[in-house]
Amino acid sequence: MATQNIKVITRKPLRWWEKLYIPQVLAGMKITLGIMLRKPVTLKYPFERPVIPKGYRGVPTLVKDQNGREKCVSCQLCEFVCPPKAIRITPGEIDPESGNEHIEKAPAEFEINMLRCIYCGMCQEVCPEAAIVLQGEYSLNGYSRSGMINDKKKLYELGGTIPDPVRKWDKKKRA
Amino acid sequence: MSEDKTNLVTINIDGKDYQVAAKQNLIDAAHSLGIEIPHYCYHPKLPMAGSCRMCLVEIGMPMRDRATGEPVMDEATGKQKIGWMPKPAIACGTNVSPGLHVKLNSKMTVSSREGVTEFLLANHPLDCPICDQAGECTLQEFSSQYGKGASRYRDAKNVKPKHKSLGPQVMYDGERCIRCTRCVRFCRDIMGRPVLGVTQRGSHSEIDCYPGTQLDGNYTLNVVDVCPVGAMTSKDFRFKMRVWFLKKSKSICTESSVGVNTTVWSREGKIYRITPRENDAVNVVWMSDSGRMLYKTVTAETRLTGFRRGESEVTFDEAVDAALALMKDGVPAFVASGKMSVEEQFTLKSLANAVGGNVYLAKTLGENDKMLISEDRSPNRRGALVTGLVKDFDSSEISALAAKIDADEVKTVFVCGEDLKELGLTDEQLKKVEIVYLGTQANATSEEASVVLPGRTVFEKAGTFVNQEFRLQKFEVAVPGAKGTENDLIILSTLAARASSGVALDNSLGSVWEKLRAACPALAGIDYAKIPDAGTLLDASPWANIAFPETGSLKWSPKK
Amino acid sequence: MDAFAQGLLEILKGWGVSDAWLPDTVTTGLILKAIFAVVVVLAIMGCCLYTVLLERKTAAWAQGRVGPSITTMPLIAAIPLVGKVLTYCGFIQPLADGGKLFMRQEPLPEHVNKFYYCLAPCLALAPAIITMVMIPFTSYINPETGEETALMLCNMNPGFVFMFAISSLGVYGVVLGGWASNSKYPFLGSIRGSAQMISYELSLVLAILPVVLITAGTSDNPLSLFSIVQGQGGFWNIILAPLSAVIYFVALLAEMNRQPFDMPESETDTVGGFHTEYGTFKFGLFFTGEYLHMILGSILFVMFFLGGWHALPFMPTLGLDGVLGTLLGIVCLVVKVIFMLFVIIWIRWTVPRFRFDQVMRIGWKLLLPFAIANAVAYFVFFGIYETLLK
Repeated sequence: MATQNIKVITRKPLRWWEKLYIPQVLAGMKITLGIMLRKPVTLKYPFERPVIPKGYRGVPTLVKDQNGREKCVSCQLCEFVCPPKAIRITPGEIDPESGNEHIEKAPAEFEINMLRCIYCGMCQEVCPEAAIVLQGEYSLNGYSRSGMINDKKKLYELGGTIPDPVRKWDKKKRA
Repeated sequence: MSEDKTNLVTINIDGKDYQVAAKQNLIDAAHSLGIEIPHYCYHPKLPMAGSCRMCLVEIGMPMRDRATGEPVMDEATGKQKIGWMPKPAIACGTNVSPGLHVKLNSKMTVSSREGVTEFLLANHPLDCPICDQAGECTLQEFSSQYGKGASRYRDAKNVKPKHKSLGPQVMYDGERCIRCTRCVRFCRDIMGRPVLGVTQRGSHSEIDCYPGTQLDGNYTLNVVDVCPVGAMTSKDFRFKMRVWFLKKSKSICTESSVGVNTTVWSREGKIYRITPRENDAVNVVWMSDSGRMLYKTVTAETRLTGFRRGESEVTFDEAVDAALALMKDGVPAFVASGKMSVEEQFTLKSLANAVGGNVYLAKTLGENDKMLISEDRSPNRRGALVTGLVKDFDSSEISALAAKIDADEVKTVFVCGEDLKELGLTDEQLKKVEIVYLGTQANATSEEASVVLPGRTVFEKAGTFVNQEFRLQKFEVAVPGAKGTENDLIILSTLAARASSGVALDNSLGSVWEKLRAACPALAGIDYAKIPDAGTLLDASPWANIAFPETGSLKWSPKK
Repeated sequence: MDAFAQGLLEILKGWGVSDAWLPDTVTTGLILKAIFAVVVVLAIMGCCLYTVLLERKTAAWAQGRVGPSITTMPLIAAIPLVGKVLTYCGFIQPLADGGKLFMRQEPLPEHVNKFYYCLAPCLALAPAIITMVMIPFTSYINPETGEETALMLCNMNPGFVFMFAISSLGVYGVVLGGWASNSKYPFLGSIRGSAQMISYELSLVLAILPVVLITAGTSDNPLSLFSIVQGQGGFWNIILAPLSAVIYFVALLAEMNRQPFDMPESETDTVGGFHTEYGTFKFGLFFTGEYLHMILGSILFVMFFLGGWHALPFMPTLGLDGVLGTLLGIVCLVVKVIFMLFVIIWIRWTVPRFRFDQVMRIGWKLLLPFAIANAVAYFVFFGIYETLLK
């Protein structure tokens, strides 16, 4: 400590009018008045929603491709990588009549427990099919613990469609 | 492996000398040293094929002068010069010989592996997300360890059948197949039914059944085990669960007295599959398909899941007291089973001693398939002899019990997991007596039972079995017991302890084993915790005169 | 008040209402007083609610927020446009706040002195209401005689002296509440509160003396609030005695326990101060009492220094007289009071709280000497003025 180059600065003594506080108070009031005359910076939240930036890590969802095919093939890597173990997948086989039988595998049930989810985005990072995406939805609530578990139907509702630029499975079907 | 000092040879791997057993190939020798040589087509329990070329290594031998036979010395080191072969050789086809030199990390070895991997991956689909083999796939592992990491292949990949059913249990994916022919060799040489072969040529070749045949029999799922990639998949396990979630527990197959060593794969209390566990003295690495399906008994619809007295659900204590009351009121008889573990049979013996009453041993016989299913379809009938539960098989036949029931000499029958009707008793005989049933599955006997004590399956408890060659093998708890059931050992020991004040309550294997060691001469000196995975052979001489039904299986035949 | 009643009767007669329908002047005066009393109490209590709204809105503005702007009622929301504006202004919010305080479960902690615990909120509120009796809200000028009478419930001679006496009793609510709570933070808060109020009471009264002296020049009864306002027909007292106004205002803040002097309830160091143990309706009484004090303080400041109900200096009625003049007076008073309330709230959301030692130092070493010097200066000035110049 002693070797440090410490410069002691003495506080400037207050002038007599500063000791009265009143000029300072008035100066402060001028500042607050300026703020009062400005437009409010807040959003009226439930009625106005903020603009969600791209890449925002909101609620994890499942997405379909441009053909309405569910992208998830239930490889369970997200279930494996999920740090709080929020994801639970029951794998299933695709119906041979569905037209997507060449993909063979799809989740029979896919549950994300939003009480456990920590929005880390590792599921999205690990997904080989780009099927699980953390999207803009940030506000979720429920009346019960079971209500906070998003099932497959809910996840696809939240997810919507994100086109698949590679179209790997389409190529495979044509081949 | 190399305990036999007389047959040792010295080989040199990457400049270091090792002593290994002779008469084995380089892959096995390296494996015994803990060194991995990547391979696909070679399987230690199958004949050699040499088709995948993944195990290519650079080898060399000490040089000798061709004319004189004198060793050629290297002047710089003063040692014999090594004549490295100009091309790499396959390790699986190279037997170890004195002075063999191997380079596992040389430029030639590494580039050979990279080349082979690149060729294998050229037509291999990117199916890992949907492939059941992912996680235990050698192609996945070796590609990441020994592959180049990038593909130079620009053409479209070959298109082949993706889900072809080869038989009732096995699905085949032609695109994933690397034509190692392990499955072909298994069918031909182990199963003895050469139904599989390679059709087409070159990169279009694929595995198929010969016309008019299919991959059937009771050992077909072994081709799934030997398949190094995900080409052969089990229809039962297909798409059920990724293997990296599964917990492995060592168990013993209860299908027959062969005592096949198994691994039970479970996740969160649910069993997903059973695979064989290597035991060269019992089942090598094979297992029957029917034995693999036994895990379904855990969640079967007939599973008993509550203590019952008559029609009403009762607590454990009430059920035990009711059972004891029945046994003390009437003259009891005990029907023991070969499906009980050694410990349970021993505890049943103390119960029978405390209450009084004869013990009968159920006998369920079937056909021997000369592989891994013997005539005796219970895993532990010899345990009843070892623990002294019965003196011999003849005096404890169920027919003797039937005669006693007819003569009204028995009022209460304590049945352990067997169906008396299947064992030859009639409905009238069942109705004449009060039945206390301890078991896992409902059957005709449990329907008639006055008291039902729901026990646990072999997957939900730990213990030991004695197989046909008097090999004591232990099994572990794979999954927690189903709701409403109790460990058979605890039920039996509680019964015994309450029947007589002289019997202490044993609710752990450790305390049972202390008594077992003292009471059973064959088990003296055996510590449960120290029984090796391969099991311990017991001294079978006291029972040499007993006629056993078994006529031999894959690795064992009765001494004549 | 009687004069006002008479004037009102004459106006009604002028509109053609027959004598038979109207009571006589005295009865009208009594009825008017009764109505006036009820109206004053209700209005003041309502003002309290809306002062809270003003506080919340001002706080929001000072922090760049909107403030209460959602709460509404079916009937009000149905009015086109106006309903929306009222909702946005938070018009219904005070009702919701008050209703909430009413409807909550009423807790009575185990460890408190039950009687005093319940008495303290009443003591905090009652003096503030009592003082309302003596406030002249405006004057009535008889158009014919030019005689001015005050529109107030009780025009006592000692006037504001009595008022100070009563309103100072408010501190008993604080002290009693803190003591009866039997808990350390309320106790500390009430001790600080009483110390602070006693300290600033001196300056408060001393600052008024010059005003009284000024009023004495024009009135026989300079202690009456009515006379003080009447005396400001020309210059307002803030021009004649600016230092007094400043001292009085600062002392007023301290008396009202407003920031930067809210020692009794400073949340950061004594949790909630004297009302830590209070909840729901009893807390509501403290709360109302506090805002009543604030309104009362603002009214007094307006009366003493800002010309009361006079519209402008030298133009007290803008030429209006009679009942119209009376109404104009009320409007002027209300506007000035709202401005004062706004200034007080504005200061709260600008200035941080003083430390307790600073409060004591300012009170005793700064404000009191100035107040004494100020009073003495005016004594001397008026002494010289009275004896020498006249």
